[in-house]
Order: sequence, then C-alpha cells, then structure tokens
Amino acid sequence: MHELSVASDLLELVQAELKGQEVQVESIHLKLGVLAGVVKEALEFSFEVVTQRTELAGAKLLIEDVPLGIYCLNCKAEKVLEGVQSLRCPECGQLSGDIRQGKELELVTLAVRDLERQEVYG
Amino acid sequence: MADGTVLVPPRILELRQNILKKNDLLARDLRQRFAEAGVYVLNLVSGPGAGKTRLLQRTLTELAPEFHMATLVGDLATQNDARRLQESGTTVRQIETGTLCHLEAEMVASYVQDWNLAEIDLLFIENVGNLVCPSSYDLGEDGRVVLFSTTDGEDKPLKYPTLINSADLAIISKLDLAEAAEFDHAAMHRALREMRPDIKILELSAKTGEGLEAWYSHLRSSIEAKKEASHVSGNPR
Ligand SMILES: Nc1nc2c(ncn2[C@@H]2O[C@H](COP(=O)(O)OP(=O)(O)OP(=O)(O)O)[C@@H](O)[C@H]2O)c(=O)[nH]1
Ligand SMILES: [Mg+2]
Ligand SMILES: [Zn+2]
Repeated sequence: MHELSVASDLLELVQAELKGQEVQVESIHLKLGVLAGVVKEALEFSFEVVTQRTELAGAKLLIEDVPLGIYCLNCKAEKVLEGVQSLRCPECGQLSGDIRQGKELELVTLAVRDLERQEVYG
Repeated sequence: MADGTVLVPPRILELRQNILKKNDLLARDLRQRFAEAGVYVLNLVSGPGAGKTRLLQRTLTELAPEFHMATLVGDLATQNDARRLQESGTTVRQIETGTLCHLEAEMVASYVQDWNLAEIDLLFIENVGNLVCPSSYDLGEDGRVVLFSTTDGEDKPLKYPTLINSADLAIISKLDLAEAAEFDHAAMHRALREMRPDIKILELSAKTGEGLEAWYSHLRSSIEAKKEASHVSGNPR
C-alpha cells in the first residue's frame, strides 16, 4: 500500500503550487496509467485521509485511467492494448518494448476559485 | 441567481507534473553522484523471501577480494538482514522503514551521505520484500533486478506487470528447488518477456552456487563499464 505515500506527495505538490495564492481548490485532475502500479480506489481513499483538516479537504479527485499503448514496428503505428499482461500488438501479435502510454502518475490540472474575487461578486 | 450574479467557472491551472516528482529529482541527483564516483548501483526487488539476502551474502563474500562493495538493506522492521550480510565483512546498513513498504530516494541519500562513494565499486540496495510498491520509486540505480524463486510459480510475472516492466534483469532463484517444485522454465521466461521483451534472465542457486558465475560476470562487466564512463566524463583528455 504505497498509495498513502503517493497521496501525501500529491498533497505537497498541490500545496507548493498554490503557495501564496488565495484560492480554493475545487477539483484535481490526474492521469493514472494502468502500469503506474497505483490502485485507483486506494489512492482516492488515501487522498481523503491525507487532506482531512487541510485546505484541500473536500476537493474532488478526478482520475482519468490511461490504458497501455505501444508503438508496433510491424504496423508502424501506435496501438492501444486492453490488458496489462502482454505488450503484444493486438493487430499483428508482434511484441514491442516501446511503451507510449500507460505509466502516467500525473497531476494534470487544478480547478480553483479565487477567494477574493468571490467575495467581491458574491 | 436572484441578485443577478453569475457563478464564475473555476480557473484551470495546467500543471502536468509527475506526482512523484520529488522522488524523481532526488533520484536524479543520486544518479549524478553515483556516476561521478563511478559506483555501479543495483536495486534488488522481489516478493518476501525470494532469496535477495542469501544471494547477496554469497556474492559479497565471494567477490570481496575483487571489489569494494557496500549494501543498503530495507526492511519494515529488524536488523536481521543487515546482520546476515555483515558476516561478509563488507559495509552494510539497514534501513528500517517502519510502515513504509518500499525504499525512497530520500532514504538512500541520507544513508549514503557520509560514505566516500569514490571508494565503492558496487552498491547493492536490497529493497523491502514487496512486488508492488518499490516499482514506482527510482533510487538512482543503474539497474533494477527482480528476483523470482522457482517455488514462486511461473505465472508470478503476469501478476506483477509493473515491476517486471521496470526491471532490467530477472533472476530466477533457488534453482536447486526447481525440480521438486516442478518449475516450468520456458513458461517463466515467456511470462517475463511478455511484459519486458528485452529483459536479461539469469537462473541460479545461492545454495549450490549453480549459475553464479554468469551473475558475477554480469556484475564485473557492469562495474567496468561504469568506471570507464566515469573516467571519460570525469577527466576529459
Ligand atoms: N534451497 C534454497 N533456499 C534458498 C536459496 N536462496 C534463499 N533461500 C532460502 O529462502 C529463505 C529466504 O531467503 P532470503 O535470502 O532471506 O530472502 P529475501 O528475499 O532476502 O527475504 P526478505 O528480505 O524477507 O524479503 C531463506 O530460508 C533462505 O535460506 C536457494 O538458492 N536455495
Ligand atoms: Mg532480505
Ligand atoms: Zn502490429
């Protein structure tokens, strides 16, 4: 279970990014590759735990799953794979070590609201 | 809304950053230090009890006349593995991770801090026995070695694709038990190559010594290549 470590790293990363800004985080968009070695549900749960009593409490975690993708030398094209048991091209069966997607563990965007502006218009 | 205010949509901040960035940056610094000092570093990963410590015990003892070696060994608790490895007379430090199921670059950095790396030819890092968590953490190593024992079952690699895909060398350990376990060598090789087509595979027994020569020659040539590279970049002639 290293999702707890991942969640605290994520929290730290977001806090560092937003340092000095008067904003409230509404949602956090992540990309999670099937080969990242992280279990989505465990990460969601861990994130809730580590953000308790922080300014990120209640922020929504939006996780986009990224399937495995390889470049097939035979087909000369990128192919998206179904599982994680093999790196064979679904078209021609050729094995490829050239992974193009599926290892992501990435913080993509934050959706934030400026606290001051809300007070002015609210 | 009644008073005419429109809810402003949230502002989107594009970040595009690896969540484990902190670890990756530290690992990059470590890799740089290891490169400058010419230390060849291996990160050994396996499920609990696949034979990491026993292989290291024998390797440290048998290669001691040739190389200066050091070892960091990670475990949740106890100093047992470090004690076993210290019998070789080489430098060994135990990292007790407490509840953490893997080693991180930060721990490696703090444990090698006061070592004179230039004196070390080969640094082994025995990771915590776990087939999942260590795979996401770069420790600044040159190579990642995954061990599976002949008693683990030949379909194990299929269950841990992330780890296999991050490894450079697979060691099939406890070869002396293969026959009793009805181990299917070909099936194991196939399973490994499905997720890592170019992986190098060695089969050995730390008990009988079978297959160890190939492991040692892999270490010798890797150490030599690392030294060569550090001389080239260190003192341009
Ligand atoms: N027969 C046989 N037993 C082995 C061999 N290698 C290791 N063992 C035994 O397997 C058990 C576990 O070996 P260790 O070397 O402690 O395994 P490990 O991977 O370091 O274990 P953890 O650090 O706890 O994850 C011990 O009882 C070893 O003696 C081998 O080549 N042959
Ligand atoms: Mg051990
Ligand atoms: Zn193809």
